[in-house]
Amino acid sequence: MPEVRVVNVTKKYGKLYALNNVSLTIHDQEYFSLLGPSGCGKTTLLRLIAGLIEHDSGEIHIGDRRVDKDPPEDREIGFVFQTFALFPHMNTWDNVLYGPKVKNYDSKQAETIGHEVLELVKLSERLNAYPSELSGGMMQRIAVARALAAGGKILLLDEPLGQLDAKVRNDIRYEIRRMAKDLKLTAIHVTHDQQEAMSISDRIAVMKKGKIVQIGSPKELYMHPNSLFVAFFIGESNLLEGYVTKLEGKNAEVELREGYKIQAYNERDIKVGDRVVLAIRPETCEMKLGLIGEGLDGLFGQIEKTTFEGTIVRYEIRLVNGDRFVINRPSLTEEWVKLGQEVTITYPKEKAHLFPYPANGLSDEISV
Amino acid sequence: MLSTKVMDTLNSLSSKKHLKYTIYLAAIIVFFAIILIPPIIGILIKAPEIGNFLNYPELVNTASIAIVNSFVIGLIVAALDLFAGIPLAWMITRSKSRWMSILDTLADLPFIVPTAALGYSLLLFWSSDSGISGLFGSSIVSPGYILVMFLHFTFSFPVVVRVLVGSMLDYKMEYERASRTMGAPPLTAARTVTFPILKPSLIAAYSLAFARSLSETGATFIVAGLLFQNGPVFIQNLKNDLTAGAITTATYEGGTVFTSIILIAISLVIFGVIRVVGNRMRLPLGFFGKKLPVFEKKLSYKKGVLTRNTLALIVFFGIILLPSVFVALPAFQAITQGTNLVDALTGAGIWASFWNSLLLSYVLGVIVTLLGILAGIPMAILIARKTFGNLPSVILDSLMNVPIIVPSIALGVSLRFFWQGTGVPDFALLVLAHLAITYPYFVRSMSAAIERIPIELEDASKTLGAKPFTVFKSIVLPLTKYSILSGAIIVFTRSVSETGATLAVTSTLETAPVLIVNWVNSIRGVGTAIAGVNQSTVGLACGLLILFSFIVLFALRLLTKKKGKA
Ligand SMILES: Nc1ncnc2c1ncn2[C@@H]1O[C@H](COP(=O)(O)OP(=O)(O)OP(=O)(O)O)[C@@H](O)[C@H]1O
Ligand SMILES: [Mg+2]
Repeated sequence: MPEVRVVNVTKKYGKLYALNNVSLTIHDQEYFSLLGPSGCGKTTLLRLIAGLIEHDSGEIHIGDRRVDKDPPEDREIGFVFQTFALFPHMNTWDNVLYGPKVKNYDSKQAETIGHEVLELVKLSERLNAYPSELSGGMMQRIAVARALAAGGKILLLDEPLGQLDAKVRNDIRYEIRRMAKDLKLTAIHVTHDQQEAMSISDRIAVMKKGKIVQIGSPKELYMHPNSLFVAFFIGESNLLEGYVTKLEGKNAEVELREGYKIQAYNERDIKVGDRVVLAIRPETCEMKLGLIGEGLDGLFGQIEKTTFEGTIVRYEIRLVNGDRFVINRPSLTEEWVKLGQEVTITYPKEKAHLFPYPANGLSDEISV
Repeated sequence: MLSTKVMDTLNSLSSKKHLKYTIYLAAIIVFFAIILIPPIIGILIKAPEIGNFLNYPELVNTASIAIVNSFVIGLIVAALDLFAGIPLAWMITRSKSRWMSILDTLADLPFIVPTAALGYSLLLFWSSDSGISGLFGSSIVSPGYILVMFLHFTFSFPVVVRVLVGSMLDYKMEYERASRTMGAPPLTAARTVTFPILKPSLIAAYSLAFARSLSETGATFIVAGLLFQNGPVFIQNLKNDLTAGAITTATYEGGTVFTSIILIAISLVIFGVIRVVGNRMRLPLGFFGKKLPVFEKKLSYKKGVLTRNTLALIVFFGIILLPSVFVALPAFQAITQGTNLVDALTGAGIWASFWNSLLLSYVLGVIVTLLGILAGIPMAILIARKTFGNLPSVILDSLMNVPIIVPSIALGVSLRFFWQGTGVPDFALLVLAHLAITYPYFVRSMSAAIERIPIELEDASKTLGAKPFTVFKSIVLPLTKYSILSGAIIVFTRSVSETGATLAVTSTLETAPVLIVNWVNSIRGVGTAIAGVNQSTVGLACGLLILFSFIVLFALRLLTKKKGKA
């Protein structure tokens, strides 16, 4: 039922395109994330869907209703604000009951709803406390409860976890997803944290500078990024510049700087002689000590820096042609490799994605 | 370099704890010794004279009626101000139209027109042939009760709009948006969320408007007619009676003290009540049964909003703005007739006294403003940063209310009593009186501004090695520049248009608004007649006064604009 459809929506602030001809369909009962770097227009899109700001052109549909001329109060939504926006002059209970009361439910009904949502967010104490007396985690739960109590079938969340510390954040994000699923809501979740988006979403739209770059399930985005930007932004990628020197079916041979040749996989329309960028994820790589085999089979280099990051160790490697390369290895199950050690890096060649060299340069493409 | 040396000296001085405390103590002493205590003692000295006054039951009766009038008008006018000011402030802050900044500036206009000129302007507009009354062949609103209401509504309205616009701009829209996403139509959201959160500002606006109404003298005197009296007008009339030899000095002093004490006592009570009741007051969310949201919803959208905005604009332009500047018409006529303008510009005849008064007003305004800033900044820091702890800061803050709520004529009267016979020159008395009246406004706006600076900013600057004076100069000053300047504007304009205390404090020095009151009285046949004063001279005088105020305000606005952005 409440499918959300955004059709060719544009929003400008002066000359700046906060949203540039964006189209997108979010399915009924889907948990959907808008992901992108700061300033890419996520909040703008979410607020347009909520009716909190007006768009310049395009259409927004909720279910079979076109809503972009409707005020927010008529859109049957719930909205969780980044700053929570709990009413400072009302206690927890009154905050939660605000929606039902404004919608003129009788007080019995309103109270039943209040108890239900508070149970959902596992909050039953301190209902008389005012927002200024509560911890961030509690405020967050109340903000969600309040949005749910209003009874909309669409839950919009703008960086709902942004103000919480890492531990609480990890716990709460799954709970929000669970609640949305239990209540059969359609949820749109804005975040700039790709891990958060990956771990809770059915699908994700990756945005950049007012446009949607790719929409897909977390796995699709990770395995088959459609652009350098997505490859770089979702997870982590080593980017190597070079030219295609040979093509056999999907197998490609790429010449990096200093004439250094390696293998890659061509899923796109790339021809011999094209300038390309090769994207290889650090976690797909194996590392062996010493320089093993000849060219093509692997990348040769020397460990330049080691960083212990808890569960993983991160190695920065200077390749023989001068390029830099990063790989991550488990920190507990493997012996750490020493600085200055010469190593050979191997990777499944179908995991080395080839992209045409971006027209505006590499740094512009991956800049946020 | 000299300036670095000065900075170094100031910095090393500012690090010395005792020096810092000396400055704070000095500020406190100035406040008590010059602003708070003299008026209180002044009035107590003369309290015994009250007995004398009580011997005249008729006068006592008149005084009581006058006092009741003062409060009735103040309470009603302040409520009307809120009623009319909220929609206008809402429109100014919410509408995206470019016209709004112009509307915002226009709303300040009656504020800078000295009230005496404003009073004359209203008199012309509402009850003379040259105003709208001319269209109807008779006075629409004759001088008296109603016209005084109109007047007070007009000059206190900008205060209300200013306070409301300021707080609405500071208001976090997120709350209202949250309410909307939960299904509340705009009006319901405003009633249940926005206004409760803005309540302190609504109370402040109401209190300020009430205080302004209570203490205004000059303009009220002009539009009061021959029968109507409120507290200040009664005191002024007593003084005229004394000059005319109708009553004795003892009766005059007794009557003045009697009226002043009652005005002060009742206003203290009312302010207390406003505070307590205001803070307790809660609008029910329960919507008085179930009917209201429907009706609220209807009023929330296009037609409702349009009606509301139209009404707000009609009230603003028709009742506030047009009557305020109506005096420009006779001023313009005076200019076209020529002779008056030449006289005025060459300072011939009575115009010499006009220019003297104008100069006096501006010199006084500048001195008072500078002194106010100097004495006010340490006090504002003291209050905002609770330097001596929470309680002293709260006490100082509430004492700040006293000069605001004491009717200015009462303040002037008691200052006069206090300094009488000490040989303090009249000009110094004027400075003291104006300082007492304006100082709290400055401290208030300044301490609010300092409170808005997160203390972390100052701490951050200190951890980076900044000495206290550098912290003040590099953090506090730039962030509060706008407030200092807007505070200065309030002080300056209040001083330039002050009449009540000025009349009470001195009979030798004639500031511009006092001169206008005297001229108008001469036309009306009240007080001393002045040769050569007629409708068109008064019009021109008011016009010139407004023009100069405009130029000053405009200059200050430009200054604040630039500095505000820096
Ligand atoms: N009211 C406004 N006026 C002018 N520009 C705006 C306004 N609101 C947003 N923008 C601009 O529109 C662009 C998109 O803003 P938006 O808030 O949607 O970004 P975002 O993706 O939510 O970023 P973040 O992750 O930092 O919250 C930004 O460049 C921002 O500066
Ligand atoms: Mg955002």
